[in-house]
Amino acid sequence: MGVATVTSTTGEAGANTVKGAGGPAQLEVRGVTKAFPGCLANDDISFRIEPGEIHALLGENGAGKSTLVKIIYGVLQADEGELIWEGKPVTIASPHDAREMGIGLVFQHFSLFETMTVLENIALAMNDVRDMDALRKQVLEVEKTYGLPLDPDRHVYTLSVGERQRIEIVRCLLQNPKLLILDEPTSVLTPQEVEKLFETLRRLADEGCAILYISHKLHEVKALCQKATVLRGGKVVGGCDPREETAKSMAEMMIGQKLTAPDRGKSREFGDVRLAVSNLSLESDEQFGTDLKGINLEVRGGEIMGVAGVAGNGQNELFRALAGETEQQAAPDSIKIDGKSVAHFGPRRRRRLGATFVPEERNGHGAVPDMSLSENGFLTAFRRMALSARGLIREVPTKSFADNIIKTFDVRTTGSGAEAGSLSGGNLQKFIVGREILQDPGVLVISQPTWGVDAGAASAIHQALLDLAAKGTAVLVISQDLDEIYAICDSVVVMAEGKMSKPRPMADVSIEEIGLLMGGLHDLEGNATPANNTQVEGGRVGQA
Amino acid sequence: MVRLEPRRQHSQAMVYLSPVLAILMTLVVGGIIFAFMGKNPFDALYTFFILPINNSYGISELFVKATPLVIIAVGLAMGFRANVWNIGAEGQLTMGAIFGGGLALYFHDSESVLLLPAMFVLGALGGAFWGAIPALLRTRFNANEILTSLMLTYVATLFLSFLVHGPWRNPEGFNFPESRPFPDAGLLPIIFEGSRVHLGTAVAVFVVIAGWLLLSKSVIGFQLRVVGKAPQAARHVGFRQKRMVWFTLLLGGALAGLAGLFEVSGPIGQLQPSISPGYGFTAIIVAFLGRLHPVGILFGGLIMALTYLGGELAQITLGLPNAVTGLFQGILLFFLLASDVLTKYRIRFGSIAAKGRTA
Repeated sequence: MGVATVTSTTGEAGANTVKGAGGPAQLEVRGVTKAFPGCLANDDISFRIEPGEIHALLGENGAGKSTLVKIIYGVLQADEGELIWEGKPVTIASPHDAREMGIGLVFQHFSLFETMTVLENIALAMNDVRDMDALRKQVLEVEKTYGLPLDPDRHVYTLSVGERQRIEIVRCLLQNPKLLILDEPTSVLTPQEVEKLFETLRRLADEGCAILYISHKLHEVKALCQKATVLRGGKVVGGCDPREETAKSMAEMMIGQKLTAPDRGKSREFGDVRLAVSNLSLESDEQFGTDLKGINLEVRGGEIMGVAGVAGNGQNELFRALAGETEQQAAPDSIKIDGKSVAHFGPRRRRRLGATFVPEERNGHGAVPDMSLSENGFLTAFRRMALSARGLIREVPTKSFADNIIKTFDVRTTGSGAEAGSLSGGNLQKFIVGREILQDPGVLVISQPTWGVDAGAASAIHQALLDLAAKGTAVLVISQDLDEIYAICDSVVVMAEGKMSKPRPMADVSIEEIGLLMGGLHDLEGNATPANNTQVEGGRVGQA
Repeated sequence: MVRLEPRRQHSQAMVYLSPVLAILMTLVVGGIIFAFMGKNPFDALYTFFILPINNSYGISELFVKATPLVIIAVGLAMGFRANVWNIGAEGQLTMGAIFGGGLALYFHDSESVLLLPAMFVLGALGGAFWGAIPALLRTRFNANEILTSLMLTYVATLFLSFLVHGPWRNPEGFNFPESRPFPDAGLLPIIFEGSRVHLGTAVAVFVVIAGWLLLSKSVIGFQLRVVGKAPQAARHVGFRQKRMVWFTLLLGGALAGLAGLFEVSGPIGQLQPSISPGYGFTAIIVAFLGRLHPVGILFGGLIMALTYLGGELAQITLGLPNAVTGLFQGILLFFLLASDVLTKYRIRFGSIAAKGRTA
């Protein structure tokens, strides 16, 4: 149809030129508007993607990216506006329609059945049922063409996250897409896996497939995309050529204000070891969970240590073991807080010793969504802040504690009586982090501190963690976001397959080394060779 | 087009309005059913809901029936708040009556003032014992307490039947399956002369207040709510679910046992094969009708008590079967659960686009 001939053969992002200029766009979005109760998710959005173009859709959480993707993929219908596909207006009534037309979508969260094989999972997602042997041949062919090695007969639960994502991509490629949409595809990948994914995407683009790439990781967008559309508050606030922008300038476009890097203060002195984990091994409570194997770490007062790693390598298990949530008890003396063994303590006794914890999941784990902020403040602080007396809740101090968190951490809410679930992700996270910090902890363990949080709230949380450490608290940050670890941590350990690397000072470890450790190459520790360092240079400024 | 749309925040108004809505819908549907049975719906509804309480004796009877419902429902609500589904209050009620009533039968010629308090204690213990079995099975073997507590109800009622047909049958009772009448020292004092309103009614009011304090103001009540609403958050802060299972089943059992004892040492005055018209089951509806809140339960108990009185009158004056009572209770629960959807969702007619923009 309107697909122009492919000329470019190089894999370099910079060398890719936009093809098909002059002809009809692969997809043009015109004036798309979509309202939800109390919020205008998409407001008159227009942009176009040419065949063979890798187009970034940039925006913070809540900017309207997901809504737009759902409209393009037929999951939602726009209230106003139209979609033009290869020059003709179209109605995309369902994802089935979208796939028929040639639109493929790789979700941020995979929809795979763990106990079925790769091939079975692929067959499930196809529009029409086919002969399995023919499908196997097709799958192998696609895998070969695009360099996506994957055994069709492996069970999904044995695969790494990166391999699982490959299934999703192969699924899409089998349908010869003309437009491939990827929603935050790299949040679960190591830097090396990211680079592999990019190679595949560039090859696809060279063949004329348009790619809509959704991300908030700006250095990746810079390395991969030729055009970007920036959304803020449901509106298009601008477009740019990412190759000509800096990560910082794009970030400022996204959030609409100047960015300030967190203030790390002067090089800090570290005190005594406050959190010590020695030879901690623990079986996971969950099926398909990761067992912890001989974990060792020490965090000193004033130190912020980062735990890097691809999701699902034991970070959740580590958090639960430290917080005392596990059913099984760790070996005696394997966890110490301020020198006192706490392995046999439950969460309440650990908190009494001055440890506080912030889990990754806000709703239902760190906070109770349909309880008020007052009650959520009481939830973890009632002992340390003396909010109860003789078995009864002390209403006045409970309310003023919540008010204090709201004021100190600039939580935007209608007041301490508001239900936690009514707050935006960033505001609830500020509340939860604030609740733990105001308890003046000796040890703080925090998991994914800025996951799904807008940039303003993220930098406030980072600053709060730095300030807390400056007062002598030992802080352990479990994060998948390397930018975050670089921004605030003094030292870093990497988890892979339930094991942990030796701690390294942040200053003398390169992002390539961390990437290799994330891939499980613990034996290379110390003499990792920089394998490929194409896209990672801008990494440290990205989230800043 | 009519559609349900999620609300951003729970509607507080609907939390209170939905029981009212449910009662109205029950009246409408009840009227239609009466019409189908060839009765004038307005007369029938009048007989069912107004006639029973248009005199002071009727109102006093309302309190008598509401007493066990309220006491049991407060206990059950504690459990329901923590996702502990004790369906066996009827059995716990029966065991309370057996334990406490057994004491009265053993001391059947006693005149001691200590007899009644001792019966209270034993009644509560009996109910708690019957609640402890599902608690043990749940915490030890992860057995579903809905099934175990329900099945234990039949064990308890058959055990009572065995006792009054056999070992505890009144030797001077002409072979009727009944126990001896309790001694005067084992009967609840009447609060209002000329009625059947007994001390248990005062206890019910006390239970409501204590339940409200426990649930809203105490740390343990807070734990109950957290365990029910967000189990993972409860684990995170170290509120142990097993402890809540024990606490709520023992408390719910004890209150149901106490209610059972009040029935046999109050209105009934002896042990019989049947001591409750399903109070333990109806209390489940009362608990939800009262929004699992002790004060709401007080009102819910009065409304459900009315269905009992109305059902009796409907049998006498309209010649309707006793099943009408159960029918009304069922319809009410149905509409209550249905209208509860509206606390989290709102109904929208037509397109939402225009409204969304201005919001």
